[in-house]
Amino acid sequence: MVSPSGVGAPPRPNLIHSGQVSPTPRDQPPLPISPLVDLVDVSVSLGGVGVLSGCRLSLLPGESLGVAGPNGAGKSTLLATVATFIPPTAGTGNVLGTPLGTPQAPAVRALIGWSGHVPALYPDLTLGENLKMLARLCGHPAKEGQLALEKVGLGGAVNIRTERCSNGMKRRADLARLLIGEPRLLLLDEPDAGLDRDAASIISHLIRTTTRRGGGVLCVSHDAARLSGWADRVVEIREGRIG
Amino acid sequence: MKAGFWRSASIIAQRDLRVEIRSGEALSVVFPFAVVATWVVPLATDASPGLLRDLAAPVYWLIFLLFGMMIVFRQTASETADHRRVLALTGLDPAARFVGRSAASTLILFPISGMLVIPVIVLYDYRPPSGIWLMIPVIILGAIGMSMLGTLAADVTVGLRARTSLAPLLMAPLAAPLLMSASQALESLIAGGGIILWVLVLVIADLGLAAAGVMSARALEEIAL
Repeated sequence: MVSPSGVGAPPRPNLIHSGQVSPTPRDQPPLPISPLVDLVDVSVSLGGVGVLSGCRLSLLPGESLGVAGPNGAGKSTLLATVATFIPPTAGTGNVLGTPLGTPQAPAVRALIGWSGHVPALYPDLTLGENLKMLARLCGHPAKEGQLALEKVGLGGAVNIRTERCSNGMKRRADLARLLIGEPRLLLLDEPDAGLDRDAASIISHLIRTTTRRGGGVLCVSHDAARLSGWADRVVEIREGRIG
Repeated sequence: MKAGFWRSASIIAQRDLRVEIRSGEALSVVFPFAVVATWVVPLATDASPGLLRDLAAPVYWLIFLLFGMMIVFRQTASETADHRRVLALTGLDPAARFVGRSAASTLILFPISGMLVIPVIVLYDYRPPSGIWLMIPVIILGAIGMSMLGTLAADVTVGLRARTSLAPLLMAPLAAPLLMSASQALESLIAGGGIILWVLVLVIADLGLAAAGVMSARALEEIAL
């Protein structure tokens, strides 16, 4: 169900929408929780064309938020902005405690997992080589890349060259990337595109494990019904405006 | 915890070399094409053996420039914006990416450049001067410079619609110091002189390109993302 105001009731018991934890049994004053993502009136223009306009959005630790909207609404740009790829042209934003559009912003990238429309794998490398390379760049043993592939059911396809894999296999391998290094913030762009039902359960698993360890998930899709199955709350984006 | 600078650069270089080995394009497509290009001048001009010998070195460096650009740009074109985003999210230092890509291009370009000497010797009846082996460091330094310049030009023009034509236009004039030094080194060798001065010029040019590439890597990365 889409909540146009963007403040639908989060089902997670230990968090409330104001950004504070519920009072403890001893009635201690609530401790403030800094949001993982906090956008205030953020606007983004690409090539002089406004794509996002005055967006407000907050994502708390342990929360999963869905952003639903039609094609061209600005969903992917929103994710790219949160991922620190595109600086806001107006407004202020914080991601993992770092202000967007500042020289410090790239420093948080290593804590972010992002999956775009198209699997970002090198076609001339095998699935295993792709994932092992990313694991090594993240400072983990290469074996973690192979383990990630096993977790998404591609343990037997490690040595297959990516260009020879089906789209579904590539999507799975792309999701396996997100299992490396346990990112604090997951950004998923139409994550179930090209996936069968079994593979789509990987997304649920990813979201669950990320939120359980206190991370956050921001997921965008044109399908609000699908998002409501994954996210604690769903907001709508239209013509670059949230809500 | 992310990988260190040199380790990251090495991982990127390994990736590029692996991609090149799989596709084999430099050896199976670009090199034969370069050999055909060396053949065009003797075929088209019907020049005397003496004139051909005089043309051998300039033709070699011209082909080195054109096909070197082809190899370097082909290397850099294998990476899409999404690939770069994924790499950025691993915490990869853009300067390490520049070093890794340049190193891989050099390792591909150098043997191709070396092999290209053979058809030039055969087709131009070229008699290499004694001490021709001294040209090996010159070709290595030239290949390093071309690789860094190509990687830099590709990064500057990334995302532009006219990238395929703009990048060579940007690169060709900037490659002039490299080519002039390399050809002057050969001329000096033929005349029985030393090549230290020209090697030094090449080293300085390479160091300048390395500094430019490393220092501009972050800014160019942000534009590319």
